[in-house]
Amino acid sequence: MALIDTINPLLTTGWSKGDAGWSLKDYEARGGYAQLKRILASKMSQDDLIAEVKKSVLRGRGGAGFPTGLKWSFMPKAAPEKYVVCNTDEGEPGTFKDRDLLRFDPHSCIEGMIIAGYAVGAKRGYNYIHGEIFEIYQRFEEALDQARAAGYLGNDILGSGFTFDLFAHHGWGAYICGEETGLLESIEGKKGQPRYKPPFPANFGLYGKPTTINNTETFAAIPFILGMGGEAYLNLGKPNNGGTKLFSVSGHVNRPGNYEVPMGTPFAKLLEMAGGMRGGRKLKAVIPGGSSAPVLPADIMMDCTMDYDSIAKAGSMLGSGAVIVMDETVCMVKALERLSYFYYEESCGQCTPCREGSGWLYRVVHRIEHGQGRPEDLDLLNRVTDNMMGKTICALADAAAFPVRSFIKHFKSEFEYHIENRKCLVDPEVQRMGSGFFKAGAA
Amino acid sequence: MTKPNQMLSPEALRRIDREIAKYPADQKQSAVMAALVIAQDEQGWLPQEAIAAVAAYLDMAPIAVYEVASFYNMYDLHPVGKYKITVCTNLPCALSGGVHAADYVKEKLGIDFNETTADGKFTLKEGECMGACGDAPVMLVNNKRMCSFMLPEQIDKLLAECK
Repeated sequence: MALIDTINPLLTTGWSKGDAGWSLKDYEARGGYAQLKRILASKMSQDDLIAEVKKSVLRGRGGAGFPTGLKWSFMPKAAPEKYVVCNTDEGEPGTFKDRDLLRFDPHSCIEGMIIAGYAVGAKRGYNYIHGEIFEIYQRFEEALDQARAAGYLGNDILGSGFTFDLFAHHGWGAYICGEETGLLESIEGKKGQPRYKPPFPANFGLYGKPTTINNTETFAAIPFILGMGGEAYLNLGKPNNGGTKLFSVSGHVNRPGNYEVPMGTPFAKLLEMAGGMRGGRKLKAVIPGGSSAPVLPADIMMDCTMDYDSIAKAGSMLGSGAVIVMDETVCMVKALERLSYFYYEESCGQCTPCREGSGWLYRVVHRIEHGQGRPEDLDLLNRVTDNMMGKTICALADAAAFPVRSFIKHFKSEFEYHIENRKCLVDPEVQRMGSGFFKAGAA
Repeated sequence: MTKPNQMLSPEALRRIDREIAKYPADQKQSAVMAALVIAQDEQGWLPQEAIAAVAAYLDMAPIAVYEVASFYNMYDLHPVGKYKITVCTNLPCALSGGVHAADYVKEKLGIDFNETTADGKFTLKEGECMGACGDAPVMLVNNKRMCSFMLPEQIDKLLAECK
């Protein structure tokens, strides 16, 4: 869907015309590619460019929140062959911002990637696009053709002597490829199993060459940062949490969708922009940063502002900015069962603690949900997560463990009720009507 | 074994060549995911012969291609119906009716997940996050077409459209 509401739009300025505003001429009409032209014409130094991005305190929008300028500065200068890779493998449940970014404004990502190529000295880039959004992949390919025809991509861009080309690679259904080294393996034509780190991609990335990987939204922010200056961008947000951010709001709100707001916007404001709670029902819990982020109960969440530091202080993560809103019709055991199934299904199987642990988590939560829970099961679940967290190559094991630990921590009495009474605390009919799939009164 | 040039049409090979050209000359293997998609589009699924044909065309060992084909969820290593419908039942979708939508399709078609209707028309799959949670319930038709806001009326319409 197109944009519904925003405060201080940057990334979403081009979204207002919906599917009619994505092409090159539309992007140029709203100032697109001006920053690339300025950098090339002024022969801006790589160091100055990276310094400007550092000033903005733009932090990685894919979930980890790592400072982008710092990441770029890790690239070795002398290496002859380097790559820039964009991570649009947006599969974190709750996240759907990069899909809309590439749908409504693909050129902002393309311009950001070309500028990144210039900054780190790469001549080639790839955008890895989530397999399930094939139509978006096709649009991105079309946008690349437009950029190439206009001379923004290829050899000797705009007569500057700078060469950079960019291609799209589509995935085909593997959550793990959102992990950056799994993604690189996948581009190389292999199973998307993450690599040991170190070495980090800045030293050993795609095809073993130095590689900078950033999220789609991160790249898309670059032209805007350079347009207004790093400091002005930082000041849009709050210290250490620069700029604006896209939040994907899903679940029990009246208007699910993407909202661009300055970092530090109160959660209550975001909820209001999303139309408030569906049917005026009561907020029960929120997962503030994608399914891997610990869940927070309503009262804690209502005191948070939407930025890395506030959400971390509350005991969760801002992650990808995927805000999953749950109302009082939700059975927390059932909700956790579905998430645990996801991690069990998507574990790549490479590390034993994750491959086996994710199965244990799912099976034990499943038996609690289905009336077979045992009094010792909550301790068992916590013990299994102890054996997973920090003991694997990538963070998927931790991502599987966080929901389990946080659901039990904040909603323990609901789990205990389930085990003792062998049924949900929330009436099944109330749960059924909560989804909005059935019209009221229908069988 | 079927020869590669018999398994993949000239049009498919042309499309695969376009993918190969995206990568450095010594990295043809990078095109394997796209090549398998192209082969699956043409065959409806991925029989062993198609995997072997892709392997031969990209100078890869067949087992290396099979590893890729069996790792990613959207490759079909068994025949599927003319219309493969994948329903997302992950939590954000479920909050807005994803599971109920899947139940509705099951009842309409008389099949469960991973089953195909007797007339070979529909296969139903359970999907993981498709990255469109704001449009829930979400379904994919034949991997490439996304359908949003799939409430009963929209599901009826979709199933009627599939001839």
